[in-house]
Amino acid sequence: MSEYKHIQTAHCENGVTVSLLRRQGLDFMTEPLAFGLGSGLFYIHIPFLKVNGGPAISFRSMPGSIFNRTCKTLNVPVERKKFKSELEAEKFLDKQLDEGKTVGCQVGVFHLPYFPKEYRFHFNAHNLIVYGREGDNFLVSDPVMETTTTISRAELTKVRFAKGALAPKGHIYFPADSPIVTEEMLRKGIIRGINRNVRDMLHIPATITGVRGIKHTAKKVRKWRDQVGERQGGLFLGQIVRMQEEIGTGGGGFRFIYAAFLEEAAEILGNDQLIGISEQITKAGDLWRDSALQMAGIYKGRITSQKDFDHAADIMVEIANAEKKAFQDLGKIKLK
Amino acid sequence: MKKENVPQDKSSLENFTREVCYVKNKDGKYETELSTGWETKSVALENAWEEINRRTEEAKNNCLAGKSSPVAYYLELRLMDIPVLAGYTGFFSWQIKRHMKPHIFAKLSDKKLEKYASAFDISITELKNFNP
Repeated sequence: MSEYKHIQTAHCENGVTVSLLRRQGLDFMTEPLAFGLGSGLFYIHIPFLKVNGGPAISFRSMPGSIFNRTCKTLNVPVERKKFKSELEAEKFLDKQLDEGKTVGCQVGVFHLPYFPKEYRFHFNAHNLIVYGREGDNFLVSDPVMETTTTISRAELTKVRFAKGALAPKGHIYFPADSPIVTEEMLRKGIIRGINRNVRDMLHIPATITGVRGIKHTAKKVRKWRDQVGERQGGLFLGQIVRMQEEIGTGGGGFRFIYAAFLEEAAEILGNDQLIGISEQITKAGDLWRDSALQMAGIYKGRITSQKDFDHAADIMVEIANAEKKAFQDLGKIKLK
Repeated sequence: MKKENVPQDKSSLENFTREVCYVKNKDGKYETELSTGWETKSVALENAWEEINRRTEEAKNNCLAGKSSPVAYYLELRLMDIPVLAGYTGFFSWQIKRHMKPHIFAKLSDKKLEKYASAFDISITELKNFNP
């Protein structure tokens, strides 16, 4: 196969999706497109789960869903495997690479040698591409990195078999075929991706997901100062900001990537109304940045009164309303 | 976010990578821009590490005072929680909780200690002779 070309993206799963699909000849694939086709935008305040005693929040859909949905919507057959045995997992990977395939692997970052120590938590839903091997050294293209890298067999196996929540179990996946994707299929896929995202943000009957989920968190933010104190409350807010802004989100809790998707969709579908919605989502992203600044004021210890916690919560309510309006408007557009 | 407003602050990403941000250019169209970091979130990450270090120190003192076993200390040092440690060792959560008691830890077989040592990336000697 042709020489591997590394593509850097904001988010790892988007990046793996883009690179693997482009390698199958789908040259039009971009990160915003993969994110939108996979209905990646979301909000969930995960119940019963605590991270360091604080809130567990996600600004995107379930790990794995972006790749799955994007491939499915474009009729790209996917091969995926998980393993009980590390040896079997190694053999399978070697075989694919020796056949010239490029594959995606789910890994944990705690033992990932090229990650800086500050980022090495027990987070198991990171994704990277393995595009070849030289003996026992594996050629890795990590989408959040500016360049490619190599890691040893032992290191790779260790991160493929990281333990804990969302343990990857050697999870490996790749497109099994090079499909022909017509313009018509792409248009339909975009519409489907948009409709599914409208549903996820507005119509899941739960108070913890979509725009209602944002208000749910806001309500908790107001109580933290009384419940756990200024310091701990500040740590919880810091946790929200990290989920929202850390590397991989493209800024503003993925909102800017989604706005970029709607801009691309407007052009592909020839529908200018989508530009208006893109603007609304951009504004929501900007509000998330404002909210992060307000929260930072609290966890830096600069402003710590109840009024300041309330202000942070108020911004979140404003965001919830802005996103509700944006997705309601998006749902009303007749797309074809 | 506008392209000219992308923060370029010093952060832990230094010597690792710059991150991709989606931004509006002068024509109001989206494009990407690389960022070295944003102070707002760097502080959040630093605070999280201070909290980890505080908890690790506390676990160390508890262990030195004979209130808990080295398992509790290394769990914090390696940023684990009980489910993660259960995954790496194959023990059940309730077993791990027992093993955090010094008098039960003292009686553990080398075979069991070996599982902990391997999960914590230390030698069995280090685990037995607590001297952080």
